[in-house]
Amino acid sequence: MTETVPKIRMRGLCKAFGDKVVLDGLDLDVGQSESVVVIGGSGTGKSVMLKCILGLLHPEAGSIQVDGEEVVGLHGQDLERVRRKFGMLFQNAALFDSMPVWENVAFGLVQGQAVPRNEAKEIALAKLAAVGLGMNVGELWPAELSGGMRKRVGLARAIATTPEIIFFDEPTTGLDPIMGDVINDLIVKCVRELGATALSITHDMASARKIADRIAMLYEGKIIWAGPTAEVDRSGNPYVEQFIHGNAEGPIEMEVRAL
Amino acid sequence: MPILQPIGRAFLGFLEVAGRLTVFAGTGVSHCVRPPIYPRLILRQMVEIGYYSLPVVGLTAIFTGMVLALQSYTGFARFSAESAIPNVVVVSITRELGPVLAGLMVTGRIAAAMAAEIGTMRVTEQIDALDTLATNPFKYLVAPRLIAGVTMLPILVLVADAIGVFGGYVVSIFKLGFNPGNYIKNTMDFVETMDVVSGLVKAGVFGFLITLMGCYHGYNSKGGAQGVGTATTNAVVSASMLIFCFNYFITEIFFAR
Repeated sequence: MTETVPKIRMRGLCKAFGDKVVLDGLDLDVGQSESVVVIGGSGTGKSVMLKCILGLLHPEAGSIQVDGEEVVGLHGQDLERVRRKFGMLFQNAALFDSMPVWENVAFGLVQGQAVPRNEAKEIALAKLAAVGLGMNVGELWPAELSGGMRKRVGLARAIATTPEIIFFDEPTTGLDPIMGDVINDLIVKCVRELGATALSITHDMASARKIADRIAMLYEGKIIWAGPTAEVDRSGNPYVEQFIHGNAEGPIEMEVRAL
Repeated sequence: MPILQPIGRAFLGFLEVAGRLTVFAGTGVSHCVRPPIYPRLILRQMVEIGYYSLPVVGLTAIFTGMVLALQSYTGFARFSAESAIPNVVVVSITRELGPVLAGLMVTGRIAAAMAAEIGTMRVTEQIDALDTLATNPFKYLVAPRLIAGVTMLPILVLVADAIGVFGGYVVSIFKLGFNPGNYIKNTMDFVETMDVVSGLVKAGVFGFLITLMGCYHGYNSKGGAQGVGTATTNAVVSASMLIFCFNYFITEIFFAR
């Protein structure tokens, strides 16, 4: 692939809910087989950005290109075709609780690619094994799983269809540090094995450092800094400095109402 | 004029909801007829709506038939018109009480369950997950429910009709001392095909309304557990209201001369 056509290119993305402007002219490129992590505080529109790319939300203005193809405004068959390129790990895994674990993992294969069920089950069990879950887990129901296991099943489901692009929405949120690191390792491993492009959003710096080739910071609806992971500590950007060190004092003012 | 403002706002709000609902219903119906169609999911919903509602609908129907016979008797006996009881029972049950009461009972069971299930899927991002797995939520969630509702309600109502008439029969024979042969003969003489057919048409429409309300409110729920609760309430209330409203207009189409 040429470097001139990034896998995902966002330009001037704007999205507002009522009066609340969430994205305000966001520009970001994600290169082929690159892992980009977008950091930013809670409620800065990180999830909204991912949902705009997937066509789950419709931006008011701006352009999103996937492999050079404009995806804003696509619908029906075209949108489904583009969505087949994506896999996504949701923040709370978003497993379907009406079906056992293996069917969750096999869902994209059976529904999206019309793979026969027993064949899909074998692939699903292999994917579960790849994220460190045994055969017996496949027969469990999502409600029976712990948080870390849910995340791993979600990861297995995201990679089951061998997507070209994988989104990770807060992959380590709600996990203990060790399980968080296990998930980080799995993400790095899976993305590398698939050769996929990864776009993650997180506010966990340890996770960002581990899985990112490049880090971008989202603040007030714009990307205010982007650069290689190694340079995040000497960004010279006061906002980034404050965020990665987790200081309450600094240019980013949290809207905390005095009691 | 601050007096007119709330009226205008309420009216615009109503139009907005009506429009949104129409688009939702249109999308849902269009996905019922376009492939891929999921037979397994349709079957599962049919069992849920049809089979598991049988006890509730049956009990409602039998007691309604029974009370109908008893009340008609206490009224009609004053005018020595007891012989009209089989007529009153069969016509009331097939035309009105069968479809409306079955519709309301199924609303309580199904619209609430659908709104809660789909609403929970919405707030836990499962519907977004369906989209990212290249599966249309309308096809996967809404269409099977609409199909099952429209096909199962008439069957339920047919069963309710039979059980309701039987309830009237039981009370008339064992409590009011009617002659069984005469009662059945009177019932069969009085009932017309149009009575039953109109009831079944109503049932089909109610089945659509019930499942549509369950899906619509669930699909558009937001804001966690409270939002799902609101969606469930709205689904049941709006489905019940629509049943009464459509009941009148369908009756008018069939019987107004």
